[in-house]
Amino acid sequence: MKRGSFSRRISAILLMIVMTTLTIALSGCSSDKAGDSSKLTVGIPQDIDSLDPHYATGAGTKEVLFNVFEGLVKPDENGNLNPAVASEYTVSEDNKVYTFTLRDGIKFHDGSQVTVEDIKYSLDRNAGTDGSEPLISAFSQIESVNIVDDSHVEVVLKEADSDFLTQLTVAIIPAANTDPATKPIGTGPYKYVSSSPQENFVVTRFDDYWGEKAFIKDVTFKIEANADAVVMDLKGGSIDMYARVTSQQAAQLDDNFTLYEGTMNLVQAMYINNAEKPFDDVRVRQALCYAINPQEVMDFVSDGAGAEIGSAMFPSFTKYFMPELNDTYDTDTAKAKELLIDAGYPNGFEFTIKVPSNYPQHVDTAQVLSEELKSIGVTANIQEIEWNTWLSDVYSDRNYQATVVGVDASTLSATSLLARYVSDAGRNFVNFNSPEYDEAYKAALANSDDAEKTEYFKQCERILSEQAASVYIQDLPEFVALNKKFTGYVFYPLYVQDISKIKPAE
Amino acid sequence: MNSYKKAIHKNFKENTFFRWGCIITVLILLLVVVGLFWMPYEPTAMNAAEKLKGISLRHPMGTDNMGRDVLSRVMYGSRITLLIAAGTVAIGTVAGTIIGALTGYFGGMLDEIIMRIIDALFAFPSILLALVIVSIFGIGWIQLLLALGIAFVPSFARIVRGEVLRCRNMDYVENARLQGVSDFRMIFVHILPNIRGVLMSSILIGFNNAVLAEAGLSYLGIGSQPPYASLGKMLSDAQQYMFGNPSYVLCPGIVIVLMVLGFSFLGEGISRWK
Amino acid sequence: MKYIIKKLFMMIVTLLVVSICVFLAFNIIPGDPALRMLGTEASPELVEQTRQEMGLNDPLPVRYGRWLFGFVQGDFGTSYNYKIPVKDMVISKVPITLTMAVMAFLLTILISIPLGILTARHEGGLLDRILMVTDQIVMSIPPFFSGILITLIFGMVLRLFTPGGFTNYTVDVGKFIRYLFFPSLAIALPKVAMTVKMLRGSLLDESMKDYARTAYSRGNNTNGVLYRHVLKNAMIPVITFLGMALADMVAGSIVIEQVFSIPGISRILMTSISNRDYPVVEAIIMGIAMIVISVNFLVDVVYRIVDPRIGLEE
Repeated sequence: MKRGSFSRRISAILLMIVMTTLTIALSGCSSDKAGDSSKLTVGIPQDIDSLDPHYATGAGTKEVLFNVFEGLVKPDENGNLNPAVASEYTVSEDNKVYTFTLRDGIKFHDGSQVTVEDIKYSLDRNAGTDGSEPLISAFSQIESVNIVDDSHVEVVLKEADSDFLTQLTVAIIPAANTDPATKPIGTGPYKYVSSSPQENFVVTRFDDYWGEKAFIKDVTFKIEANADAVVMDLKGGSIDMYARVTSQQAAQLDDNFTLYEGTMNLVQAMYINNAEKPFDDVRVRQALCYAINPQEVMDFVSDGAGAEIGSAMFPSFTKYFMPELNDTYDTDTAKAKELLIDAGYPNGFEFTIKVPSNYPQHVDTAQVLSEELKSIGVTANIQEIEWNTWLSDVYSDRNYQATVVGVDASTLSATSLLARYVSDAGRNFVNFNSPEYDEAYKAALANSDDAEKTEYFKQCERILSEQAASVYIQDLPEFVALNKKFTGYVFYPLYVQDISKIKPAE
Repeated sequence: MNSYKKAIHKNFKENTFFRWGCIITVLILLLVVVGLFWMPYEPTAMNAAEKLKGISLRHPMGTDNMGRDVLSRVMYGSRITLLIAAGTVAIGTVAGTIIGALTGYFGGMLDEIIMRIIDALFAFPSILLALVIVSIFGIGWIQLLLALGIAFVPSFARIVRGEVLRCRNMDYVENARLQGVSDFRMIFVHILPNIRGVLMSSILIGFNNAVLAEAGLSYLGIGSQPPYASLGKMLSDAQQYMFGNPSYVLCPGIVIVLMVLGFSFLGEGISRWK
Repeated sequence: MKYIIKKLFMMIVTLLVVSICVFLAFNIIPGDPALRMLGTEASPELVEQTRQEMGLNDPLPVRYGRWLFGFVQGDFGTSYNYKIPVKDMVISKVPITLTMAVMAFLLTILISIPLGILTARHEGGLLDRILMVTDQIVMSIPPFFSGILITLIFGMVLRLFTPGGFTNYTVDVGKFIRYLFFPSLAIALPKVAMTVKMLRGSLLDESMKDYARTAYSRGNNTNGVLYRHVLKNAMIPVITFLGMALADMVAGSIVIEQVFSIPGISRILMTSISNRDYPVVEAIIMGIAMIVISVNFLVDVVYRIVDPRIGLEE
């Protein structure tokens, strides 16, 4: 039968294909994870959202691009700003003109010299001087960026701001690069090699780096979209480092790993919509603060690790952090109930916490809060939403009652955490409204004396705490797991991963 | 009625698949029914001192990462999972049968249009449909039920349509038509009862697919809302504690497998009815 | 011929329905691509300006028309998120998912057909019973759970592959296929179980039919009957099922790509949905829909070739 032999031939071919596949698949299956410390694979929780540093917005992207790009100045692990692309700078008496000297001989990754034109181009691009909207809202303060000579650039501000240097960490990129979104070129210790969506971001050491060169030559940032698999991937050897392991995951790792414990530099809080009933009543907000116990949250969510906070500031901003504010509301159910009665809610009330589902710590925190609030008769329903729905509904449209998230600081300035509470600020998603606060904040900005300035910022923090702008909880703990083949991880007061400091162990 | 009882009795004795199907399903239903009236602990009650404990007398299935009793949560979770599965199959069967019967019976332009939409739905992975629905209405088990229900309509509609097409030209239908039976009566009184066998097995299979799909979607983060969790959601939450506390993964996992297994044994048993 | 033209026309209509559905869906769901691109630090004015630049403020029919016009010319647009042409991105990811689906499909055929015949021939015997129970159990495990179990057993205990150690085909084809073997197995397992059950039932049904019995009575040995007539007829429903299974494998890979951290098309799709990266979502869904529809079409054609009772002219 003709057809019979035909189908037999097909099945023979099929069999051969599969056998070949099987042989390839199973031959040499000895795991190739054998130690090679010249190559480091770092797991990162989310994909790079833009290769163009000026359009990168995610904290998870910025922490990676930190290794590739540098600004005129660059933060270090102690929270100081050090000159980077600029070798030195001066600030005019009136805090209006910042003058930078270009570092001598500094090169871009493509080998070209950094010029003052590149600096002007990079700053102008962010300030939107061509009439478009500024990419960084703080850059709307820039009057102009002027090239003084071949090695000097001055930034002229519209109004005096003694704190503006913190904004100038913005990446300097070559003006000649016509395609920064796919061919990133910077001046950092690592240069870009390749990237693949949802897969990885590969960099290699930049040997002409102006500063201390990186120790490890090849670094791959591997996107670990599945956070549940992190322990398996660390143990299996497909990643050497992961900076966001939870305390429970950490407990499952063996002694092939060094665990570094720090904090994430976030203000985790149950943010409340101050414009929404019943939260427009300060007594209700205070009652919530009295009812919840940050220590208990930390016990449940991360086995007691983490740092309590009492206002919109986290501990690694040592200059501004006020530990005494942690005691503004010591857990006191009776007091909370009393305040609710005063406010006209003797039987409690019901509200919904919207929480982004991609952050398990925040979801867990919301669950603990919901249990705690039961004790004062308040029912908190939890609604998990997608991150983008959160961005548009909660953050942009302010259509929510309460939410649990962590807010990070994009620069080393206190303003990056406090600016959002000014009544008419575009980012004031909690709708906080206090003339007293606005005044203190304005005074802080205007003041050029550092000590007085800090005092005003602290005043702001105090108002946030007393007015219970939100229920401040903690700065989440950060556990970094690093394979013992490597050493040298350092924490920063910002959300960055400095890979250039990591070196092979022995 | 008596012969029915006898047949069941006989099958229970001789039909292994049917027997085990009954036993397993009754066990699972027992877990759910008991849970309606009594659970060892409040399924949301947290206890910081007893986080991620293994199996013990106090906690027969151990505790989770918040120190909540896994047995109580499994009891509650089975309830949610069963509800989702039952709801999904209900939506799929009712809508699918109506659409399939009408299009199959009347044919013509209506059939063409509806079948194109059904084709489009078929080509649209159910997971995507669920993602879209969840993006619009937020995450929750009712949304999940709705998404799965809609995703199940095409397959039911196709099966029923095929059967109705087959029956339409049969003698008994012709006879009835000659006697002047109305279309409506024809579909629902004469044709549908004749395809109940096919429908029954589709329902059992659909039920299992719904339980499994729920688990898959929960894994992708589209599940029930905390603090309560369906079995699938528990299973995916537990995955990260696999090395430290295997019982937290295994218990909901085994309950899901048993739930599906019970129903597929029942289905297998019925197909081997003696 | 007429039949095929009619079918092709219907396929195009179905695809149009799918594309409109996707467009409408993304018009309804909350989330703004411009906001997502710019993040929490952006000023409302900047968001508005970006929306304008991206053409998001145009009315829906205009946007759909623009998309459709580009699509038929093979221009799928540029990813909002990755700023690269959707075409390049999809082309670089398709081989990953496709390799996995094809491997899973081959595994399914290779494992299930011999097993199906085996159980049918030993009907009622111990082997049949063991296989049928195993079959039911395999079907009862949620796919992601079996993926986790496979990783645990073959990856962590037996060390046959490195969990999460995916290597792209552009780097090393051997390693690429080796890593994809186990995910393919995870996708194939439930399909294998279903095919075995189906083939067994279908074989038993066929062998009860008159023609098979006649063949027996003519003194044909069991093997001859089974292979020549029964198997051929029994394959008809199995082919239908396998066709649907192949189409389903692309969609089924969504969960498995997540479990095994494979940066394939499904994972891109998932993240693009949550990133509101519509050009990517629209292109991938159209691709999946095209595969599903053409596989259904092929199944139909094969069906008609295998079973001469249904002619190609309707």
